Amino acid sequence: MPYEAWKDNEYIESLLKELQENGTNVIVGTFDKLINWGRSNSIWPLTFATSCCGIEFVSLGAARYDMARFGWEVARSSPRQADFMMVAGTIVHRMAPVMRRLYDQLAEPKYVIACGGCAVSGGPFRKSYHVVKGIDEIVPVDVYLPGCPPRPEAMIYAIMQLSRKMRVEKFFGGVNRQEKIKDFLAAHPEESFDK
Amino acid sequence: MYDLSLITDWIHNLLSSFMPGWLTTTVECVLIGVGLLLVYALLALFYIYFERKVCAAFQCRLGPNRVGPWGLLQSFADMFKMLIKELITLKHIDRFLFALAPYLVIIASMLSFAVLPWGNGLQVLDFNIGIFFLLAVSSIGVLGILLAGWSSNNKFTLIGALRSGAQMVSYELSIGLSVLTMVAYAGTMSVTGIVAAQEDLWFIFSGHVPAIIAFVIYLIAGTAETNRGPFDLPEAESELTAGYHTEYSGIHFGFFYLAEYLNLFIVSGVATLLFFGGWMPLHIPGWDGFNEVMNYIPSVVWFVGKAIALSFIIIWFKWTFPRLRIDQLLTLEWKYLLPINLFNLVLMVLVIVFGWHF
Amino acid sequence: MANIQEKIAKLFPEATFEESDILLVNIPDAKWHDLAKCLKDELQFDQLVTIVGMDWKEQLGAVYYINCTANNTQISVKVIATGDREKPMLHSVYDVWAVATLFEREVYDFFGIIFINNPDMRRLFLSIDWKGYPLRKDYDDDPALNPVPKENERQEDITYSYVEDEKGKVTKKEVVVFEPNDFVVNIGPQHPATHGVLRFRTAVDGETIKKIDFYSGYIHRGIEKICEGLTYPQTLHFMDRMDYFSGHHYHHGLCIAIEKAAGIEISRRAQVIRVLMDELARIASHCLFLGTYCMDLGATTMLFYTLRVREQILDIMEKTCGARMTFNYGCIGGVMQDLHEDFVKDVKELLAVLPKNIKEYNELFIGNVIAKGRLENIGNLSREDAIAHGVTGPSGRASGWACDVRKTHPYSIYGELDFEEVVYTEGDSMARTKLRIAEMEQSAKIIEQLIDNIPDGEYCVKVPKVIKLPAGRWFQMVEGCRGTFGVYIESDGTTSPFRLKLVPPCLPLAGVVDYITQGHKIADLITIGGSLDYIVPDIDR
Repeated sequence: MPYEAWKDNEYIESLLKELQENGTNVIVGTFDKLINWGRSNSIWPLTFATSCCGIEFVSLGAARYDMARFGWEVARSSPRQADFMMVAGTIVHRMAPVMRRLYDQLAEPKYVIACGGCAVSGGPFRKSYHVVKGIDEIVPVDVYLPGCPPRPEAMIYAIMQLSRKMRVEKFFGGVNRQEKIKDFLAAHPEESFDK
Repeated sequence: MYDLSLITDWIHNLLSSFMPGWLTTTVECVLIGVGLLLVYALLALFYIYFERKVCAAFQCRLGPNRVGPWGLLQSFADMFKMLIKELITLKHIDRFLFALAPYLVIIASMLSFAVLPWGNGLQVLDFNIGIFFLLAVSSIGVLGILLAGWSSNNKFTLIGALRSGAQMVSYELSIGLSVLTMVAYAGTMSVTGIVAAQEDLWFIFSGHVPAIIAFVIYLIAGTAETNRGPFDLPEAESELTAGYHTEYSGIHFGFFYLAEYLNLFIVSGVATLLFFGGWMPLHIPGWDGFNEVMNYIPSVVWFVGKAIALSFIIIWFKWTFPRLRIDQLLTLEWKYLLPINLFNLVLMVLVIVFGWHF
Repeated sequence: MANIQEKIAKLFPEATFEESDILLVNIPDAKWHDLAKCLKDELQFDQLVTIVGMDWKEQLGAVYYINCTANNTQISVKVIATGDREKPMLHSVYDVWAVATLFEREVYDFFGIIFINNPDMRRLFLSIDWKGYPLRKDYDDDPALNPVPKENERQEDITYSYVEDEKGKVTKKEVVVFEPNDFVVNIGPQHPATHGVLRFRTAVDGETIKKIDFYSGYIHRGIEKICEGLTYPQTLHFMDRMDYFSGHHYHHGLCIAIEKAAGIEISRRAQVIRVLMDELARIASHCLFLGTYCMDLGATTMLFYTLRVREQILDIMEKTCGARMTFNYGCIGGVMQDLHEDFVKDVKELLAVLPKNIKEYNELFIGNVIAKGRLENIGNLSREDAIAHGVTGPSGRASGWACDVRKTHPYSIYGELDFEEVVYTEGDSMARTKLRIAEMEQSAKIIEQLIDNIPDGEYCVKVPKVIKLPAGRWFQMVEGCRGTFGVYIESDGTTSPFRLKLVPPCLPLAGVVDYITQGHKIADLITIGGSLDYIVPDIDR
């Protein structure tokens, strides 16, 4: 992705402004840039899907949409080696602890995309007795992607948005998102989840 | 033919002109070590990119093309990320063995890497049992895989490791026997000796039938040895999630990942050495003009080019065939490859004794 | 039909009969097991299509739909549970029809009806600690009662069975699922080869499988319960989200059921459009099956070749329906919108490239020596077992059971079309794979017949703004991509269904995995599971 492309986004720019309020050290800033370049260009998904959206994710990997162009095709089956989790599909009560465990098993830095109406809010199944009303009850979400299911183009956009988000992170110093995640996790304790 | 040992000798003389002998050796060792590591890492990154592009071509896709020109920097970005990714510490594992396993795997592949004949006079280790050394060190790798699977305290990794153990021990036999066949033909175990013996004609041509049989078996066994499809049972994604390295994250996983691709290069490199003349250019007896032209192409290019061409075939296998099952895999080795190989060894001896080769 | 009624009336004087679209027999619970035996052994009703658990407010019970595979007649039996609402009981028929073990667990899960003698009375979809039985009319869906669990689910290695002794006394008995020494590998719910979130606890001896215990419900969304609170047109929208490849078929099934109940005649054009869409979707679905199946077996490249055709079909669908996956195309009275002007041209282009692609698939995969070794004689399922376990669709037909609803109970215009029902007798994974490829050719044949003869007319007939069904019950079956999909509607005369039961083809498919994998290797579990081609959201609903 060319450097100019990510700047064209109000939300990211405001995030960047907030992060850079205290100024950036030259050396540390350069390292940050290098690290963020590596991270944002190598986003490996976890093969995780529960329903319809997962099939669109397969289409995303196929020849027409070919996510390999961006280097996202290295889908890892083991959460230890993946970078982000595309929660593609409905999450129900029985699946919730499993998904949370998968999230805990991801190695830092880890990201979550809530893909599809069901993952964002429960979608068409919101009235159900067994559906989690949005996965943000369980894990911190980085990008919300609506749709039922979202088109592969939308998925590309969501992962690009995630990539943009990664570029404004700070690995050294400053308030970074890791701390925000820690706050979230403190509010949603692990209880008996094993790492 | 340009002899690269001129350069290495020049460096050696330069260093020893102002240094005592022990310091020269030390400095040279460090230089070579750094050089090897660098080549190792770069080659692995290139291979990752290469495989992704080749597989994309097979699948009517484009492959990485956004990071850097033609996506060339893609594997660098992957490496950067992997370096700073968290190393997860697990509960209920054997910490020492868990941490040791990836290093064993990568050390095994680095040691075998050192024996390869890169070019005319460009070789790190050159001694009279070079091939034997290569076989010996490359089998350390299986130990790392077994330890990784066992120490992770995970049923999937354990099954993966046991599969891998059975597979590698079996196919080591085939590799050993095909190598033995060619060593018998060459009459030497020294890497330089084998390359020199192919000055007139590569072994694959001069050894005709037995050499071709040995080559085919070596290619099959080599694919199995590197745990690549259709023999990728130890890390069969659809069965065992990620096999023996399921629990590894960050750079520890990176080591397995790099070693996998480097082993691919090593297997093709050894095949190049044994069957396609190592760094030796293509010479055809009698065609002196043609041979002269061939000599203008640097020997390093010959070696790397041949190795990559062979790797391409192995990659081709992976993206074409479905995976075997564990019992079929072992049947293939013990019931077919091994007897054929033994017969082939006898055939090769006959060929040598009666001088039926070219 | 009258003949059967006479026979039953003679043998079971306490039975009463009701006429609806399918003959309904009322029988008290005490005689139900005997009747079931008689139906199976003497009248050859050998396929249990489904058990519909029911809560009629005053009493609980179940309606059984049973099919005779010899002459394709159907019969239904209604049994009222004995005991109070706290502990309602019915007699199990698991020894008559093997698939009943699974169906009875489902009814127990949703209604709390205990099946006496069933060897495995655990919940099927909901977790072990779930409070209440959600499909009962008095179910309390207060989230405080069943909050989103924060802890891992409790796991038990024993299950319970309610056994009746000779005196008729029912006692609760423990049944062991896994021995303490078994090496149990947990495959799923998040596993690349389970095609979604299915979970197999697998006891292995080395690489050999000893026993599989399957857990479902990781994507159970309670569609049936939600539908009870919606109007009939609204319920249609959930059909796309069960088996998302058979969206058109499921829409078709529910539409026919509602139209039958409401007495709506639809135009010929709408029927042709529905059949065209069904068959296009079938080709797309089988394409994806072949791709993901090969990927499971390690031949990743096939996926890209099969998805090429699928993308082409999705393009056609997208032009007409406006979506790539959840089409919402069928509606009561016809279809949502007319065909796109390019439809005929695009479909003809597809038909032109399809034979070439099918040839390529056969050469690349089916002819491959490794694929042959992996698939042939793996997971053999005989015709009798297929019927007993209710394995319908391509998987059943690969076992020699001609169970295509399009032929056995023709609906829509399928009766007038010329196509073959492909049936193989090998019953192994290879037969199941080859059969799907052959079905693609048959679907293409159907499309070829129709594409030039799409009649003019309205694509959707005028239907009342508010659709009310008269009181009664209706059952309709259609052929989905993976087998027989059934819809059961019971109406009390209002605008929303009193009970809408969806009969997924994939539940029996997943249930039979344990039976046919025993003694095979772990890798074969992937082969067999893949070849049965179950879709987990369809199992769970």
